[in-house]
Amino acid sequence: MTHTANSTTRSVRRQIFDLHRRAPKTMVQTLFCLLLSAVAGNSIAQESDHQYTSEAIQAGSRVYVQNCALCHGPQGETVDGVNLRTGQFRTAQSDEDLVRIITQGAAGGRMPAFSLRPEEVNGIIAFIRAGFDPDGVAVRIGSPAAGKQIFEGKGECANCHRVNGQGPRTAPDLSDVGAIRTPAFLQNTITDPASTLAPINRQVRIVTRTEETVIGRRLNEDTYSVQLIDSNEQLRSFIKADLVRYELSDTPVHQPTSLSSVEVADLIGYLLTLRGME
Amino acid sequence: MKMLNPILRTIPKAALTAVFCFGSLVTATTAIAQVTYERLLNAAEEPENWMTYNGNYASQRYSTLDQITPRNVENLELKWMLQNQVFGAWQSNPIVVDGVMYLTERPNDVMALDPITGRVFWMYKYTNAENARVCCGANNRGVAVYEDKVFMGTLDAHLIALDRINGEPLWKVEVGDVNEAYSITMAPLIIKDKVIVGVGGGEYGIRGFVAAYDVETGAEVWKFYTIPGPGEPGHDSWEGDDWQHGGAPVWITGSFDPELNLTYWGVGNPGPDWNPGQRPGDNLYSDSVIALDADTGELKWHFQFTPNDGYDYDSVQVPLLADIEWNGVPSKVMLWANRNGYFYVLDRVTGKFLLGKPYVKVNWSSGLTADGRPIPTPQPEGMPTWPGNQGGTNWYPPSYSPRTGLFYFGSWEDYATIYRPEESEYEPGRAFLGGGFTVLTPAIGAPGVGIGRTTPINTWTDEVGHAKLQAIDPQTGEAKWTYDQFDVSDGGMLTTATDLLFAGGREGHFHALDARTGKLLWKASLGGQIAMAPVTYMIDGVQYITVISGNAMATFALEE
Repeated sequence: MTHTANSTTRSVRRQIFDLHRRAPKTMVQTLFCLLLSAVAGNSIAQESDHQYTSEAIQAGSRVYVQNCALCHGPQGETVDGVNLRTGQFRTAQSDEDLVRIITQGAAGGRMPAFSLRPEEVNGIIAFIRAGFDPDGVAVRIGSPAAGKQIFEGKGECANCHRVNGQGPRTAPDLSDVGAIRTPAFLQNTITDPASTLAPINRQVRIVTRTEETVIGRRLNEDTYSVQLIDSNEQLRSFIKADLVRYELSDTPVHQPTSLSSVEVADLIGYLLTLRGME
Repeated sequence: MKMLNPILRTIPKAALTAVFCFGSLVTATTAIAQVTYERLLNAAEEPENWMTYNGNYASQRYSTLDQITPRNVENLELKWMLQNQVFGAWQSNPIVVDGVMYLTERPNDVMALDPITGRVFWMYKYTNAENARVCCGANNRGVAVYEDKVFMGTLDAHLIALDRINGEPLWKVEVGDVNEAYSITMAPLIIKDKVIVGVGGGEYGIRGFVAAYDVETGAEVWKFYTIPGPGEPGHDSWEGDDWQHGGAPVWITGSFDPELNLTYWGVGNPGPDWNPGQRPGDNLYSDSVIALDADTGELKWHFQFTPNDGYDYDSVQVPLLADIEWNGVPSKVMLWANRNGYFYVLDRVTGKFLLGKPYVKVNWSSGLTADGRPIPTPQPEGMPTWPGNQGGTNWYPPSYSPRTGLFYFGSWEDYATIYRPEESEYEPGRAFLGGGFTVLTPAIGAPGVGIGRTTPINTWTDEVGHAKLQAIDPQTGEAKWTYDQFDVSDGGMLTTATDLLFAGGREGHFHALDARTGKLLWKASLGGQIAMAPVTYMIDGVQYITVISGNAMATFALEE
């Protein structure tokens, strides 16, 4: 292997390809766009219909103090087996479950039914989903059962992602995604996939000297070689200097979703139930 | 006789007696080869040894050994490995002298080993005070050797002298107060009859210094505070009491020009690190190079690279001394790729600024004035600063080859940080950081790059930073060639008289490049991060190259 080969490899790998035939972006532009979205995402509560409004969260914080804090405590952790701030519940999963519990009571009557206006109930859930942060972001979380159907059906997630031993391995396995990602991160990934695409997960396209074209997902890379899982789920390792082409996509394989906000909430609800091996 | 080794018992009595007699004969008649000051002065003339941290007083890490050449380098083969059993980056630099290698491992173990086989003669283990603390790993970067002694600084800020034949401690002195988080991670430097060390603790609100100790007794001879006290020149570069906890540590070994009798040291960041607004002023002598009289510690000149630094741009790079033509005149200069992203040439007689040029993207400053002072362009809140917190380069040693006239060092490209300054209150022995930072990544939640490599899988990728080895021509400040790696690198440099450059990186690749062209001539995948420079030595006519990768030291020589 020579220095020339190394430089050539680098110039080859710097070509970014676009799976969706959109106008190619340079890496620098991409970096800046993503940076700006990252900065904005951290400081400004994006008020999309996948989320509760900051007004709802702030109103909810007041309703919570007046109605809930006596039993659940100011930090939401004083009832056994429940931590409202971190999202640990005995039975509830979706926002609908929470509405039912608040308005109908739970735990064999130990938690009474509350007669609150719908916007007050909505506020309490927003405050819980915001992690008790009045300035936080509260993502709507829907029905896991409906979300599972979307995951496997019209959402087309299961075409690439594997869950609990089912499905292809080409995209990252999501069996524990609910344990390692926040609702806000999941929402970003579904609605704006480029904003959370870790660079290692960029799709690669390789052409070998024997004219084999390999599409895959990077697992590891160093100066001279790259390791990936290809579209046939084979673990492959290539010496970069031996390749005719080595290209990286700067766009995620899946596009910003066309799902409705209710469907996105359901999908997030389902993903949050995926907690890996317990 | 009960304690005797069973093998000895089987040896006939006469032979046993002979062995013992022979042993005592050797002890009685062989004088220990002494490492004298004269030898250290002329270290470049005995390239079979690697006698100081940076190879010689000019710190060029250039060897005149010439057995390994561009033509035969592909015949290098592994001769031995030494595995350590201590977790964490191994940044130690071995000393090789008169057939013995002296090496440290975390936190403060010293070994004497056979440089041909890698087998250990003795090992000294030092137990640090429980409250010893360092910001960035329990590192030790090696020992100094003088006469019949080995010297080591400790994490709890003591200086220890050992008997270099049997590893027994001879004396130990306190250099700094461990309760205030003073520490020593650097290899000491011997000048004449003094052993010189600096202190770490720039993240804990220390007041930094360099100090010299008598090699025989450990008695302090001089001490130079890197932050001037009341009444001293430069004190007015601080406000109020800020100077008492202003950091300015010295954690990398300096250099020495015997003709000028000046010793040069790089000084680290001011504290608290990331909140310059909390310590108005230039904060001398943080982020500076200082030139001290080697006998008295008196300051002769200083040059500050980054006044009122808010980016942790320690200037603890090795002060590399070179004699080159400058504007047609033979000149004593100092070559310096600084953590702040600029490459500098200074006149080492006077400290005068001769040249300064960015070698990576720099946006904290828009350029340098005629006297080398940076023009600051602080970035708006939440926006990235290039180079990032680990700098364009850092502590890992550069090299200069008098044959090629090029300066070789490792840099971090495309690496930026977003700083969050906050007010910090000083408490003795506690972190004093002034906020925090995040590494710029191309996507929300994507992995960044840190101070060391802890996994064999690179999930952060070159998009958050990668290594570029640069060969800079000091006359122009421009790179004559560069060599890229996918991950960042903390690998130091070694050049030889056959125009070879040896260097590694975090990926565990160890390279031999053509020092004139940057062409890759040979490489070995050692598998663990290389976080120091290789060294070379020669024993019984064989030239060896030694490098640490991960938790292993690997030593190569040509096939027999």
